[in-house]
Amino acid sequence: MSDVVEKTLSALPSLLSLDSQAGAGKLSPSSKLGNLIKGITELTSKHEEETLIKKELESIKEQVASPNTTMRQMKEIMVRAIYCEMLGYQASFSYIHAIKLAQQGSVLEKRVGYLAVSLFLNETDEFLLLLVNTVLKDLQSTNLIEVCMALTVVSQMFPKDMIPAILPVVEEKLTHPKEIIRRKAVLALYKFYLIAPNQVQHIHSKFRKALCDKDPGVMTASLHIYLQLIKENPESYKDLTGSMVTILRQVVGGKLPLDFNYHSVPAPWLQIQLLRILAYLGKEDQGTSEMMYDVLEESLRRAEMNHNITYAILFECVKTIYTVHPKSQLLEKAAECIGNFVLSPKINLKYLGLKALTYVVQQDANLALPHQMTIIECLDHSDVIIKRETLELLFRITNAQNVTVIVEKMLEFLRLTYNVWFIQTMNSVFSLGGDVMQPDIPNNFLRLLAEGVDNVEDRQLRLFAVDSYVSLLQGETAKLPQRFLQVISWVLGEYSYLREEESDPGSVMRLLARLLDQRHTSTETRSWVLGAMTKLCSSPVYTAIYWQNLHCYSTERHWLYKTKCLSSLFKLYLTTLIFEVDLIISCLSWLWCCFIPQVDSSLSFLDGYVSDALAAGAAPYKSPHQRQEDLVQEKALSLEPYGLSLPVSLSSCSITDRRSPTLLSMSSGLSGNSTELSHQEGSTTLKLEGVKRVWGKDGYLAQQQSAGETPTPLVELPSPLLSPQSPPSQKPSSGLEPDQEKRQLASSLFVGLGSHNSVCLVRLPSTVWLFIKNCQSANQSNVVKSLFKPFYINSCQSALHNLLDSTTVASEGGAATTTTPQQTSQRTLDHTTSNGNPHVEGTEQRVEAGGPLSLIRGNGMVAVVPPRDLPLTSHLPAELSGLARSEFTPLCSDQDSSLALSACRVYKEDALVLLVFISNNNDSALHQMVLQLTCKELEVYIFQTGLNNKVPLFFSEIPVGRSRNQDRNTRVSSNRDLEKPRIFCESFRNFCSPPLTVSTGDYGKMWLSFSHDLKQNLRLVTTEHQEPLTATLDALKGKLHLHVVDIIGSEGIVACRLLQGPGQGQPCLLHCRVHADSLAVWLRSPVPELPDSLLYHCQKALTET
Amino acid sequence: MIKAILIFNNHGKPRLIRFYEYFAEDVQQQIIRETFHLVSKRDDNVCNFLEGGSLIGGSDYKLIYRHYATLYFVFCVDSSESELGILDLIQVFVETLDKCFENVCELDLIFHMDKVHFILQEVVMGGMVLETNMNEIVGQVELQNRMEKSEGGFSAAPARAVSAVKNINLPEMPRNINIGDINIKVPSLSPF
Repeated sequence: MSDVVEKTLSALPSLLSLDSQAGAGKLSPSSKLGNLIKGITELTSKHEEETLIKKELESIKEQVASPNTTMRQMKEIMVRAIYCEMLGYQASFSYIHAIKLAQQGSVLEKRVGYLAVSLFLNETDEFLLLLVNTVLKDLQSTNLIEVCMALTVVSQMFPKDMIPAILPVVEEKLTHPKEIIRRKAVLALYKFYLIAPNQVQHIHSKFRKALCDKDPGVMTASLHIYLQLIKENPESYKDLTGSMVTILRQVVGGKLPLDFNYHSVPAPWLQIQLLRILAYLGKEDQGTSEMMYDVLEESLRRAEMNHNITYAILFECVKTIYTVHPKSQLLEKAAECIGNFVLSPKINLKYLGLKALTYVVQQDANLALPHQMTIIECLDHSDVIIKRETLELLFRITNAQNVTVIVEKMLEFLRLTYNVWFIQTMNSVFSLGGDVMQPDIPNNFLRLLAEGVDNVEDRQLRLFAVDSYVSLLQGETAKLPQRFLQVISWVLGEYSYLREEESDPGSVMRLLARLLDQRHTSTETRSWVLGAMTKLCSSPVYTAIYWQNLHCYSTERHWLYKTKCLSSLFKLYLTTLIFEVDLIISCLSWLWCCFIPQVDSSLSFLDGYVSDALAAGAAPYKSPHQRQEDLVQEKALSLEPYGLSLPVSLSSCSITDRRSPTLLSMSSGLSGNSTELSHQEGSTTLKLEGVKRVWGKDGYLAQQQSAGETPTPLVELPSPLLSPQSPPSQKPSSGLEPDQEKRQLASSLFVGLGSHNSVCLVRLPSTVWLFIKNCQSANQSNVVKSLFKPFYINSCQSALHNLLDSTTVASEGGAATTTTPQQTSQRTLDHTTSNGNPHVEGTEQRVEAGGPLSLIRGNGMVAVVPPRDLPLTSHLPAELSGLARSEFTPLCSDQDSSLALSACRVYKEDALVLLVFISNNNDSALHQMVLQLTCKELEVYIFQTGLNNKVPLFFSEIPVGRSRNQDRNTRVSSNRDLEKPRIFCESFRNFCSPPLTVSTGDYGKMWLSFSHDLKQNLRLVTTEHQEPLTATLDALKGKLHLHVVDIIGSEGIVACRLLQGPGQGQPCLLHCRVHADSLAVWLRSPVPELPDSLLYHCQKALTET
Repeated sequence: MIKAILIFNNHGKPRLIRFYEYFAEDVQQQIIRETFHLVSKRDDNVCNFLEGGSLIGGSDYKLIYRHYATLYFVFCVDSSESELGILDLIQVFVETLDKCFENVCELDLIFHMDKVHFILQEVVMGGMVLETNMNEIVGQVELQNRMEKSEGGFSAAPARAVSAVKNINLPEMPRNINIGDINIKVPSLSPF
């Protein structure tokens, strides 16, 4: 009896655990598992857990080895072993016992045994062979549960070679009366098919039987197999399409028992499966696809948005519709469905929406267009997964036009996620792109490395950068671009300490030293390297090498280099090497010796700089007491009347007679009260538009502005729009709403989508705005021979009105040369051609610098001199002469028209070239000419400075569209005699070239999609032999390169688009109707400012004819 | 196909691990750690899908997870599974657990790991979805439990009698194991 008690007692714990099914309250903590778990939860460290589990495993080992352990105990032990395994501790000794339990235990013990086996072992384990017989026996058992267990373990893992042994038995189960057995048998066979396809070849017909099983559950299980089979080989299963469609129709139609409903959706998982199968079947097969259109439509319609799972079906449906042979009606519905996903506030659906979009844009990139804003929002989503999916989507819609923006976005993303990849990519970018790269790329890169909190990730990034650079330097460095070497040396200097512990500390120093030795290393790079070495030598180990190099290179003659040496030395002295004072002193004295022969008390090495500055109009050096005097004089000056009479010319604005971007930007550049004044005075006042407000209450403004910034205050005479005081022109995008920025981003991302590459649904209110701002940069040409009598031709036309930026020409005529700068007088000619006629006004003349200041209002000194008949055509560069061009427009000239500016536009295929001619109509030759082109926020390329004997030729390209905040000065000087110097500036934009060719139908579509419109009446052109409308449109076509789409009766439609700039390719549509004596024009465009400016141009063009 | 099902708590302690594809023991642990690392970083308001676990699968695989109170249920699947379908399958699984355990909590999963496995076996078999109908699953599990009961019935009667006597001498059983708040609140699940 005691024996029995003993036995039952030992079985007690497992019994307790059996009874306690319901909830935590009834758990059996006294069981061994309970104890184990309790023990583990009380632990505080991983180490403690390890010891505890080890102890536990020891005890398990002991127990399983003991012959007295019953199967029931064994079952409990197995659960503990499973628990230990789950925590990651090997309990391999128990595997054999698990098999034993499965072989010998009762049903329940067997179940745990099978479970343990399936968790412990894998298909290749030899132990499994021991199980084959047991499985076989259980498969043939009459106990349903045993059969189920056997089938489960078989589908979990079974040795490939042993499949034939049990295959017949499993096959047999396909006809088992119990549906659960049939179902499990189907899945087991599927598993066999996956691991050994050829062994189940002969039972494909039985799969068909399973598909036709009267139990939907078995049928569902068989779809697993068919999904796989059809995926691998759709051709041989086309005959099943009908059945699949029928099944789906029945399911969708609610023919299944209600048991199969999930949240009142009939068998959703089954539907998903079927839709996938249909997708494989119908792919690239019109006939098959046609069979399924109806049912697809049905399930799209039936899937009402009430639950998560219906979205799952919808998603599958959309995918299928876009996979099978397209049917436009269905595609439209599916596209609508995608909208439901994308616009859903639920993040999971959004994700799937993006996924669906990614899938469908491969067929039709335009589908992304309606969701642009959502996509842009997702791009900034806090969820990385959403972001990544968005990038994937963008990747699919990448085309030649948006590739840069998209790649930028991707890099941004990568920067945040993949350090290693980023460094490697940047390395190759540096080594390949090297010196042609914009300097801000390495700068940004370095900033990126340096920024950020000092967390682990940042350190990793830096360390990886350091490591990769060290290995780069160890290789061949001769081919590395200088800029890359500079980056490398900076990074090494800053972050080498990160790898200190793991390598020879001197190695980096030696590598850098080697870099110094190499011939191809430029002086600038050497100073970078030296800087890096200085940073590194805070550790004494480095200093020996450092000293060596310092000695060697302080002999270098380059002053930059020498300065670096000195500063390095100084830093060294301050930081570490104080104890080596002797050494420093010797080095210093030695360095001093190097310097002494070069001491030049006359500072002659600055001569070039000074003469340049003077030539550019800078005030000569004045001693401090002289400056004091100047200051007193300036203070004494009363400027009240002048300040009041400084108006803004509204003449140009009055032409457009409406809100114009120019006016806005102008007033932003001027002080408030002057704007008001100008409103009162109207267009009869001085045309000072665009002229810099040189004089103010505080004196000469240019001096304030240029203090510390430029040595050429006299020449620097930009229009107010350009001056640093006008923030809008400096940072055009700063004032934009975030929303607009997004729109802008959208436009850059989605550019190129849509038919004809121009139909674009993006509304981009800010584009042209920006664009105009860009154009308000100065394009100043200064011609200065000596410091005698310079004057300005400030042809400051609003960029909008004449495609020409303000052009300032400071030039001087006359041969006499004087060295007294006090005599310098200056005249500014302001010139507006807004009405087509050059109008030149001298506005001020004054004596500069030390001389007494006199103010002469230039009102009476107007000299309107249309240049003589200009044979300028002959001076057109050969490559431009054949192209369509506008007439030469005289811009301005100086007083006696000895020097004149004129311009013309040449329409190149991909750009608009602005040619500016400077003509010297005087008999006396100009002997020297310094030309300065200043462009803010624009890049100026002078790509041709060709000179023939008489005509210096400046050809500069100013592409618009990239807004840069740096100031670029390009200076070209020529000492040749000149008679007709010309400047060619390739300029920014024109609306109309090349013309936008659209059909009437497309025009109609586009018309509806554009939101910004404008109506205005224009003058009709009347000719003798043409209809007024045709004549007018022809005139517009000729002048502005508009495309006349169609003329119907008294109405005509015209299209054009922007040539360059941020709004490149943006269309503008015109609808013209003859109304009484005028032409009623209705303009529409996705860009708000575009109709405005185009209208102006039309007005101008028609006025001219 | 489902490649793995991982259940772990908020601290990354595994509660149930089921791989349907072979991975070495140490790789399995790495996968668990990595998955926990990926999943635990995510807020509750981001999407329930994750891509790019490096150890399991690669680009074709994704993690679909749900977070209930203290537990994460993570299904690692390949591209042949529907994301939303799996998401609801997790829900079905958890609801089934709730039915079987009556207000399931983390402790149930710890102490009845084997039972949870058996329930899971009725939902997913060898990586394939076997049954999605909760009643069917519960029915199957109960069928097995009945056998358990009846089998327990034969031998348990004397044992119970003995235990009633012996219980007096047993060291006092701790009633509560304090593992913090580990209730899984299934009924109050948000639809997502």
